[in-house]
Parts: sequence; C-alpha cells; structure tokens
Amino acid sequence: MSAATDYLLHLADNALVLGQRNAEWCGHGPILEEDIALANVSLDLIGQARLLYQLVATLKGGDCTEDKLAYFRDTHEFRNYTLLELPHRGPLSGYAQGDLDYSTTIVRNFLYSALMALLWEALEKSANADLAAIAAKSQKEVRYHLRHARDWLVRFGDGTDESHARAQASLDHLFAYTQEFWAHSPAEAAAIEAGIGVDVRTLQADWDAIVDAALAEATLVRPAVGGYVTLGKQGIHSEHLGFLLAEMQSLARAHPNGAW
Amino acid sequence: MSTALKEWPLWEVFVRSKQGLEHKHCGSLHAADAAQALDMARDVYTRRQEGVSIWVVESKAITASNPDDKGELFDPAADKIYRHPTFYEIPEEVGHM
Amino acid sequence: MYTQSFNVPDAPGGKTVPLTQPIEDPARQAAFDARIDADGRIEPQDWMPDAYRRTLVRQISQHAHSEIVGMLPEGNWISRAPSLKRKAILIAKVQDEGGHGLYLYSAAETLGTSRDQMLEGLHSGRAKYSSIFNYPTLTWADVGVIGWLVDGAAIMNQVPLCRCSYGPYARAMVRVCKEESFHQRQGYEALLVMMGGTEEQKAMVQDAVNRWWWKCLAMFGPPDADSPNSVQGMRWGIKRVSNDELRQKFVDATVPQAKVLGVTLPDPDLKWNEARQHYDYGQIDWAEFWETVNGNGPCNKERLATRVKAHNDGQWVRDAALAHARKQQERRMKEAA
Repeated sequence: MSAATDYLLHLADNALVLGQRNAEWCGHGPILEEDIALANVSLDLIGQARLLYQLVATLKGGDCTEDKLAYFRDTHEFRNYTLLELPHRGPLSGYAQGDLDYSTTIVRNFLYSALMALLWEALEKSANADLAAIAAKSQKEVRYHLRHARDWLVRFGDGTDESHARAQASLDHLFAYTQEFWAHSPAEAAAIEAGIGVDVRTLQADWDAIVDAALAEATLVRPAVGGYVTLGKQGIHSEHLGFLLAEMQSLARAHPNGAW
Repeated sequence: MSTALKEWPLWEVFVRSKQGLEHKHCGSLHAADAAQALDMARDVYTRRQEGVSIWVVESKAITASNPDDKGELFDPAADKIYRHPTFYEIPEEVGHM
Repeated sequence: MYTQSFNVPDAPGGKTVPLTQPIEDPARQAAFDARIDADGRIEPQDWMPDAYRRTLVRQISQHAHSEIVGMLPEGNWISRAPSLKRKAILIAKVQDEGGHGLYLYSAAETLGTSRDQMLEGLHSGRAKYSSIFNYPTLTWADVGVIGWLVDGAAIMNQVPLCRCSYGPYARAMVRVCKEESFHQRQGYEALLVMMGGTEEQKAMVQDAVNRWWWKCLAMFGPPDADSPNSVQGMRWGIKRVSNDELRQKFVDATVPQAKVLGVTLPDPDLKWNEARQHYDYGQIDWAEFWETVNGNGPCNKERLATRVKAHNDGQWVRDAALAHARKQQERRMKEAA
C-alpha cells in the first residue's frame, strides 16, 4: 500500500469507528436534545470517513469503493486509534456487557476532537489537494465537536459529585490510550516524508494546552500515563474492534453481491 | 447535590434564515443554560441549513399580551386607514410615489 | 414520523391537566365555538374548553411518544446498515424522528403540561403511542418498508394536521411534514435498489412488505363506525379527515407504487372497484391490533423498558448540567455583588 492510502485509511478508519460508536446512542441519549446533537456528530464523522474512503478508492483504482474499504477489510487492516474502538463504558473485556456511559463518550470525544481540531487545520496544507480540501471541511466540523465535548466535560467536572466522579473515572480509563497519538508509525512517517501527512508530535504541546485548560476549568485531574502504548494505527487492536466490525459488516458480507 | 429543579428550563428559539432577514420564532427546547440552549438550537433547528444566526431566550422571560385585551389593543387601529398609502389617490401621470 | 389518527384513551390514573379556567363559561364557549366554526386558530393563551385542552395534550403527547419510541425499531439497524450512504441516511432519519418528538412535546407544553409530566405518562405505561412500533424490524428491508409504508401512512395522517385548529400543533406539523418528505422517498428508493439486486434481496423486500402491510392499514385506526372520538375531534378541527377516508387514500396511493417496485401486497381481496373508483381491500385483524395497543404485542415491553432505561440512565447527565448552570449563576451573582 502506498504512503498516501495507508495514511488516508488511518484518518478514515478513525472517523468511521468513532462515528459508529457514537451512533450507538441514537435513540438512547440522556435527553432528546442531546440525542439529536450526538447524531449530528456521528453524521459528520461518517461523512468524513466516506470522503476519505472515496479518495482512497480513487487512488487504488479498479473496483475499489468506499464500501469495500469499510465493509470488507478485517480487523488487522483497520488503522484507527485504539481509543476510538472502545465501548462506551469503563475497562471491561471484549465480550463483557455493560451499560452505555455518557462520560466515556464525552471524554473520548473531547480527547480525540482536541487532536483533530489541530490535525485537520495542519492538513489543510497537505501536498495532497484532495486531502487538504477534506481537511478544510472537517476542520469546521471538529471545532464544533470539540466545543460540544468540552462544554459537557466542564459540566460533568463542575456539576454533581456523581458526574465529577464519572468524568474522572473516564479520564483515568481513557487517557493512557492518547499515548498512541504521539507514537511513531511507519505509515505516518512515510506520509510525512511525502508531504501528505503531518507529524502529530508537532501538535502535542497545543493539544496539552487545550486539554489542560479544559481539565482545569472542569476541576478534573490529568492522569499520569505510562505503560502499554496501543498500536491500533498499525493494525494491532483491542478485543473490541472485532465485535464492532462483526456487527457493522455482517449484513454487507452476508450479501457480497447485494445492491444497496 | 440537591436538585430542587428537576427539569431543564424551556427556551424559545429564533433563527435568522439568511443575512438581511429578521430572526423568526421557530420553536422551543429544553436546556440547562443559555450557552447550551444555543448549541442545542443549532443541533435541533438548523439541521437543514435553516439558519445563519440564532437567538435563544428563556421562555419565562417573555411577556405576552393577554388575548382578552385583543379588542382594546388591536381593534382601534382598524379604522386608521389613512395610515396606508393606498388611501390616497394620486394622478396617474405622477407615476410611482 | 408517525401518528395513528385515532385517539386512544390513555389508561386511567394519570394526572389530569389542571383547569386554568372555569369549565362553565357560556360567553367564552360561544366565542370559542364561533372561531372553530370559522376555521380560525386557537393559540396557547386563548380561552379553550377544558376537554379541548385535555384532548389536545393527549393527542399531541401520544404523537410525540410515537416519534421517540419510533426511533427504536429503525435505530435497530443503524449499526448494521449495509453501506455508509445508507448508514448516514438512517441516522439522519432516526434523528429527525427525535426532532419531531421534540417539536411535538414543545407544542404540547404550550398547553401547560411539562415534558417530564408527559414522559412520566409514557414511562408508567399509562400513555399510548402508535402500536406500529411494537413490531420488530427483522431484516434490513424493514427499514425501507417502514420508510415507504409506515411513513407513507403517517404522511397521509399528518398533512391534514397542518391545518388543525390549535396553532402550535399545526405549526409543529408544518415543520414535521417539510422534513418528512425525505423519509418516505428514501425508504422507497432503498427498496427499488434492493429489487434490482440479488434474488435474496428481492425475497427480503417481499417478506418485509408481507409483514408490515396489514399493520400499516391498521395504523389509521378503527373503522369510522367504531370511532366515536373522531366526531368530537372533527368538530374541534384537531382531526380533519376520517380514519376510513385516510386508509382508502393510502391504499389507492400505494397499489401503483407496489407495482412499480415489483412487490405483491399480501391481500387477495385487493382489487380495483370501477364503481367506487377506489381499491377494495380485505378485512383488517382488529383483535390483533387491540391486543398490541393494549400492551400485548411482540415488542411492547421491550420498547417501553428501553425508553425508561435511557431516561433513567440519563438522569445524572441532566442533573450535572443543571448543577453546573446553577453554580455558574451563583458565581456570576457573587462577582456582581
């Protein structure tokens, strides 16, 4: 796979997997207004994924389509950050069941949107003009996602004892996964080399500033990180992505020649 | 944390559909505060590009006229037909005025 | 978007809407009647008979409940939508239903009943919602068929409600109908594409049509002869067209659509009646319909419990937002002092 397609798939898979996760709330949100708001976030993310997959399909040529990329690749071929595939709940094994927890959703959206607000902005200068155009569109969307998640994070931190405890627990659970943002991957290195991608590490200080300011306002504590660094963007995932894809891809794979 | 008020307050939403037009009432929603009401109005009432600007105001802040006063408030304007341009006949040769 | 045009009485035991004016007020009653007779509109602050207010609250809140319960059967397929395009369409559509519920709750709130009170009615099982959502969505084709037939039936119901006598309800329905027009079309188009696909896909569509057709006919409510509430609703201008008329209109509109699609409607008695200039259709199973309305359909318990769970699980989120808003206000007041 070329540097460009591998990198684009990383961006696309991020958007699709998080869009898929967030859509799990549709019909189950904490209040009608918020149900609608979160569906908008999902729609933006799935829209981004589609544009990126379409770009990859064009680059690959042949009979490749956005849906082939989304529905007919296996777990190890997905290039999303592990953070984004986790269920909306605390740390539990892949086949364990748990209730949807809105603080997990908000904290994850916040950590990821804070990164993407910076990354999409930087990618507007990508040497790949199509990617630059997608970045410009996505940048506007993610700024709203960040605002939405940040506002809720502050509400949770400042709100009730329960919401504060839940938000802190979600941070403690998820923060270690952000280490993957800054870890080196061959695909990213190749894309940076080609002028297509951006070195995420150059964004780290700005990300820290966004995160620290929000956590301070929310009176939440930034967890210390260390230990295992996840490798989702290199195709080595948690137990959770397999379940997510099994569900997402089941119908399309049952009818490989189907027209939808 | 005691929650004496259990339900989020109600807000009225006004949307400007495009630059140059007035904000128009389009509905209401529940939100915990003004900033949230604004964001939720964006998500609920502008999903199809219905707006370029939004106002929200807490419903209880609106003072409305009493329907029972309709007669004294609005009927007296009915016979002031001289306030309307069509009341005046101008010779045609004057053209548009 | 969904409503059944009949207005099922909610189960007893609910709080009645508090009276805001004396029941007996002949002068006001006469003015109200005159306005209704002149096809005028009633606005929230206007005097209205208590029965009109209560009927509206019941009808609008049932309608709103139907919207949010109606998110569940279709939401069931969001995670498995077979293409990204269909996934986006389905999320947008289910989200729209949530929006419609919201507009309708807002309209009902102008009558002096809070959304929480209405939700309490739903969650306790007292308030009814459209029985169509108590049936399961078993395959992806159900999503298309719900768009085509269920939304199609609902649109028949709702377009006349845009002219209903209560201003906020009528305005909500205008907004709803505007958004709704995409729902039926997306469903029908999805089915058209499937009918051009594999044999399995075609069979899937036919199976879904077979399961939903009769339920959709029942959505219009009992025959006019058995629908005493309708008369009062028509008198008040909150119901504009009778159940049987709407049902007939739906059948007449749907038969040619089914033909274009290439599916068979599962009714051997369905045929054109030259004398009536309408399609005749067979007997609806009203016993099964009432079983479902009264809580004993295949999914009633699941639907209701799912709504209750979402509401209860969301309590801490709603509380957090309120607590934060209050703290912010206190801080601002302290700063100002």
